[in-house]
Amino acid sequence: MFSTLIAFLPRAVAQGIPLLYGSTGEILTEKSGHLNLGIPGIMYVGGISGVIGAFLYERAAGTAEVIVPALAILITLLSSLLGSLLMGLIYCFLTVTLRANQNVSGLALTTFGIGFGNFFGGSLIKITNSDVPSITLTNTSNIFRTPLPFASKLGWFGEVFLSYGFLAYLAIAIAIVAAIVLKKTRVGLHLRAVGENPATADAAGINVNRYKYVSTCLGSMIAGLGGLYYVIDYANGVWSNNAFGDRGWLAIALVIFAVWKPGFAVLGSILFGGLYIVHNYIPGLTFATQELFKMSPYVVTILVLIIISMRRRRENQPPAHLGLSYFREER
Amino acid sequence: MKNNKATAHEPLFHIAKRDAVVWWKAWLIRLLALLAALIFAGVVTFFLTKENPLQIYATMFDGALGTARRRWSLGQNLAMLLCISLAVTPAFKMRFWNIGAEGQVLAGGLATTACMILLGDKLPSSVLLLVMVVTSILAGAIWALIPAFFKAHWNTNETLFTLMMNYIIMQLVSFFAYIWSVPKGSGQIGVINRSTQAGWLPKIGGQSYLLNIIIVAILTILMYIYLKYSKHGYEISVVGESENTARYIGINVKKVILRTLFLSGAVCGVAGLLLVAGTDHTITRDTAGGRGFTAILVSWLAKFNPLFMVVTSFLIVFLQKGATQISTKFGLNDSFSDIITGIIIFFIIGSEFFIQYTLKFRSFKKEANA
Repeated sequence: MFSTLIAFLPRAVAQGIPLLYGSTGEILTEKSGHLNLGIPGIMYVGGISGVIGAFLYERAAGTAEVIVPALAILITLLSSLLGSLLMGLIYCFLTVTLRANQNVSGLALTTFGIGFGNFFGGSLIKITNSDVPSITLTNTSNIFRTPLPFASKLGWFGEVFLSYGFLAYLAIAIAIVAAIVLKKTRVGLHLRAVGENPATADAAGINVNRYKYVSTCLGSMIAGLGGLYYVIDYANGVWSNNAFGDRGWLAIALVIFAVWKPGFAVLGSILFGGLYIVHNYIPGLTFATQELFKMSPYVVTILVLIIISMRRRRENQPPAHLGLSYFREER
Repeated sequence: MKNNKATAHEPLFHIAKRDAVVWWKAWLIRLLALLAALIFAGVVTFFLTKENPLQIYATMFDGALGTARRRWSLGQNLAMLLCISLAVTPAFKMRFWNIGAEGQVLAGGLATTACMILLGDKLPSSVLLLVMVVTSILAGAIWALIPAFFKAHWNTNETLFTLMMNYIIMQLVSFFAYIWSVPKGSGQIGVINRSTQAGWLPKIGGQSYLLNIIIVAILTILMYIYLKYSKHGYEISVVGESENTARYIGINVKKVILRTLFLSGAVCGVAGLLLVAGTDHTITRDTAGGRGFTAILVSWLAKFNPLFMVVTSFLIVFLQKGATQISTKFGLNDSFSDIITGIIIFFIIGSEFFIQYTLKFRSFKKEANA
């Protein structure tokens, strides 16, 4: 029993990290009053952009010995961040500057992003006339997956807490920083004000559009890292089309589960990650009943959604202006 | 004069809300946006394929309308997308963001599948068809009514609720795909009742897609009349504009929400029926194929008008078919069509801004007067 748990927990965490990135990003975005349904697409783009960067670098470097670890990490991270930043800018331009409908823009962004990811995933080799048969970034992946040096000496403790690549710890760090910024700082207060009531925030001298732009773009970049983690770390650097699946939507579900608090999202992501794979660890399930177990994260989210709407506690509600665009002259 | 304080701080332009734009001007702006989008998409394609841009557009036309088979397939895809767009429209007009059409279609499809498998050899075909119609409509409606019930009573966020419902029904479909799989344990249902064809919708004039297209055409006209001329349609638009106004003039908002979502889900159920019994004769978790999401774009682009939706869904299906042809011809990946669709939708979404707002540039006349 204990050994199963020790095997199960790291898998749950590894499943949860992409969700944590996605939901931390989405929480920041939603706090500014924007429901970004483009997150699934952004995560695909974040993943494929990192893959493109790493692929080009590995090809330029040639053999594994020549690859400089620091450079490989830097190039992969930067290209991933750039890709998701551009996606965030498209969304911001449409919904903040042009005040387009957020649901429609977000869904279009998801269509575009998933298409973009699968297109380049499928065609990268053809476009670059490469002679390798598939995109497998084992070298870059190994650099990203380097665990702490003393992890293997600490038995179960090392396995559960220290066996991950640095992107996993970065996800938790970002979530905690986001929680502190939102709750304790003036910037966080302003951001929440923008999401609750932009007109009041505007009257108080807060630059509403700047806050919306910055938080949405930052949110996109954080979410994009989730896609990167999935490919480079979880999937050992192998890109296969549609492998990322519906995790983007699950990240949005996690936002509700965490009642818009990044701190809760850390625990929630591990729980969701566990629910996502728990069917592999329960003995005696048939293939059919496994499928039923896979719906548990969604059922849990719906229950949370219902409960918070019934209890109406003010601190657990979505930002009041979520989904509405703000036009100064329309008061 | 240039250093006059009043003008020095005036921005180069400011944004103001327009009065209602004449309809032809609005459509002209949208048409221009579409043209700009097509040119941009052409440029992107050019850089990826290095082909003559005109050749690219010709390939798109060929892929969508080139042969009789392609035209029928276009018609079928158009009909299905249009049907789901019709389904989501009344809810959207009411500002109920139902992004669960994907799941409601699957619910209808699953009910149809159940009838075909469990009752296929027990009932005469006319009774079977009737049972299939009723159960698929009910299944779609129930899948939409669950979020609507919570929205009406506790104002539960419907966007996220309906989204989650999609994945629950997908897992249910996967579950039943194992239960009913042929051969056992494969997780695939395969073609249902291949030999008896029990529960298959009849072919009209030898064309398997014609019945679907006719049904959707009738639905389009009915939906147009319902939204524009019926009392229900009026109540939907009032609730959409302002719930408080609706309450004030004595509309029972809860009832309108539940009734509208029943209708929305029911039409989705019909779409599921047509997909499973009319064309696919099987079900997988991808039977709806993302149409539930695309339908939202179609409905919104058409300003919730069912007749315009024929045009907008044609546009989307045409693009998808055309871009698929480009990717086959030039050896690109299938997902190319998603990129093109995305680009074009971005342009059209952006153009709405210029219909609703106008940029007013700093006027220099004032300086002369001062």
